[in-house]
Amino acid sequence: MKIETPKYRPSDEVDFVIIGSGAAGGILAKELGGHGFQVVVLEQGPYLTEADFIHDEIKVLQQDLLTNHPKLQPNTFRKTPADKAKPQRALVYGRLVGGTSVHFTANFWRLHEIDFIERSKLGAIPGANFVDWPLTYSDLEPYYTKVEWEIGVSGLGGASPFDPPRSKPYPMPPLPVKSSGVLFERAARQLGWHPFPAPMAILSEPRPGRSACTNCGFCLAFGCEVGAKSSSLATAVRMAEKTGHCEIRPNSYVHRIAMDDRGRATGAIYFDAQRNVQFQKAKAVIVSANGAETPRLLLLSASKQFPDGLANSSGIVGKNLMLNSGAVSVGVFDEPLNDYKGYAVSRVLHDFYELDVQKLGFYGGGGLDARFDMTPIGFAMGALPPGSPRWGNDFKTALHHNFTRSMEIFGHGTSLAVETNSFSLDPELKDAWGLPALRMTYKDHPDDIKLSNWLGARSLELLDAAGARQKWTFPVTEQEFAVHLLGTCRMGNDPKTSVINTDHRTHDVRNLFLCDGSSLVTSGRGQPTMTIEALAFRAADRITALAKSGALSPT
Amino acid sequence: MQVDRRNFLLSATTGLGTVWLAANWPAALSASAHARSAALSPKPPKFEFFSDEQAAEVAAIAARIIPSDDSPGATEAGAVYFIDRGLITIGPEAQPIYRDGLVEFQQDFKAMFPEIAKFSAASAAQQDQFLRSQDQPDAPARRRNRPANGAPSFFETIRAHTIAAFLVDPESEYAGNRSGVGWQLIGREPAHTFQSPFGFYDKNYPGWTAVPANEKSK
Repeated sequence: MKIETPKYRPSDEVDFVIIGSGAAGGILAKELGGHGFQVVVLEQGPYLTEADFIHDEIKVLQQDLLTNHPKLQPNTFRKTPADKAKPQRALVYGRLVGGTSVHFTANFWRLHEIDFIERSKLGAIPGANFVDWPLTYSDLEPYYTKVEWEIGVSGLGGASPFDPPRSKPYPMPPLPVKSSGVLFERAARQLGWHPFPAPMAILSEPRPGRSACTNCGFCLAFGCEVGAKSSSLATAVRMAEKTGHCEIRPNSYVHRIAMDDRGRATGAIYFDAQRNVQFQKAKAVIVSANGAETPRLLLLSASKQFPDGLANSSGIVGKNLMLNSGAVSVGVFDEPLNDYKGYAVSRVLHDFYELDVQKLGFYGGGGLDARFDMTPIGFAMGALPPGSPRWGNDFKTALHHNFTRSMEIFGHGTSLAVETNSFSLDPELKDAWGLPALRMTYKDHPDDIKLSNWLGARSLELLDAAGARQKWTFPVTEQEFAVHLLGTCRMGNDPKTSVINTDHRTHDVRNLFLCDGSSLVTSGRGQPTMTIEALAFRAADRITALAKSGALSPT
Repeated sequence: MQVDRRNFLLSATTGLGTVWLAANWPAALSASAHARSAALSPKPPKFEFFSDEQAAEVAAIAARIIPSDDSPGATEAGAVYFIDRGLITIGPEAQPIYRDGLVEFQQDFKAMFPEIAKFSAASAAQQDQFLRSQDQPDAPARRRNRPANGAPSFFETIRAHTIAAFLVDPESEYAGNRSGVGWQLIGREPAHTFQSPFGFYDKNYPGWTAVPANEKSK
């Protein structure tokens, strides 16, 4: 059913303009709209719906049907600031209403208590900008619960002995176990580890207007055709529209936050679908454009008043980028798993969440999951055992045997914040609108590489215990490609070392807020979306309180 | 997150992605609508990019990459038609790789088998012997048949395109994977809805049981 939503004119000064409709932007729009504020959400990508979500690997994976397009928005990459960056695709994010939550795997892990206070526990780590959060787990716990119930997360509370405390059970049971999950569970228990049903932002039971998961098998990188994946599109965006106060405006590419002489944000300047420049006026601006585009927009908004970029008096906008570390192993079994059926992950373990730094000699922690997330062309191109035939009758035989008999163990881990790892503006390359392109600078902290190899070794142990006939790990190399975009406008109490405070308000501009992956202070163990959404619910409460108290009005 | 695998799955830096990338996706959508109407036409498909001679060579190469043996291969999947249409619609960037690559490919072939007129006229064993000499994925960038700008070689390109033709979603507009023969080979049922149990190992799963808390260990 088409929802009637208000249409604001750019000249209307609405209460909030939100830039980005992904995991954070959707929830902020829903919450603020629900409080009766007038909200315009500017989304750079198109407004697609379930009927547009197809199983075509060429369009989705090769032609970026749902994601940032390297020809329209090219970027450059370099390992260190001493290098000259070269054009090279270095990041992918969802570029459509709903953002990256449309195409993600939907692993929904809460952070644990330790994630917020690990610096205090372990002390400094050489080469890393490692700090505590200004929040604790107990500050976020009610919002994690809110995410689970409002957005729809399936899982089994208390099933992992390592889980942090929770105030309520999950709203619905775990999804059905897959063959990969059964093999993982048996083998992990044999090794003395503690597997548990994966918490997933995918419905195991229908909700109004949304089907339970039909196990179609095109999940990671694809949009859900039945609305079972709890993307921002399938959940918060529609709830926001139903408030009657919120307009989602697609094909609106914001390239500057407008400021007045008194240092207040006055709205967002954007290109519309015809590439005409528009200015949406607003009383306050919230940027939820992701950990790459949020810092880019602040840097693009530089002016005489803010020569180093907006909200960047600290000089750290775009810095401390974290991607999460990890390793992928593949096992081939005697009998068919048919793991292409269903969602990706049915079992997880967190025994390695907090590793012993003294014993191992490196910092880190993570989790392992059992999954199969490869689609047919991708499998044939990249997932046969090393040294397999690449063409001919034997290639065919290998495809026939392995596609139904393979599974992956994905080890997800920490990334340490390194100040030189960053998103910045490329001095030369421009995008199709003539704006400076993103430049990514990234070199893994050495501990991240050690952790990835360690997790890969545990994955092979697990595949061995599971009875895999063949097993291997994809080589761990320094990362040059970003999927998780974290930490680039970090939260903190000190305006010299952070960009936003615990209200998500920028230290420098009192009516400008940032909320998305860029807000994170540490990387967590590899599944950031749950935390981004909990932060967004909390930010909405804080921003509502500030707005109602008059604290956002001109002084 | 593992970088090589992610690079493959999501950023598409391998042969398939590099050569099929369209300038922008709305253009790709209208191109695929064109491809679909062509595919649904009752007339036998005509080649739009290849000459009949080129098409015969491309079909012969594809037929060795995924041969027809006791089950259908690239030929039955319609690989040559898929590639021809793709070069006109979604991936015109790859046209030079075929135009120039086929010429060099035949020259190399004549160097190995001077007595045989062309690749398609050779026996399967001769064709395989020659393709082995062409399949050098890690060869340095300046060897023949590999454009110097880092683009994939002709062989790597046609290998990727043949795999795509064989395994693409049979519901998609490109008319590849005809009659779903590629998915039949790998055991991928085409349905959109599946129910548990999915495979051998979850068939007799007894159900979740918690591990007692006193077994909690590090």
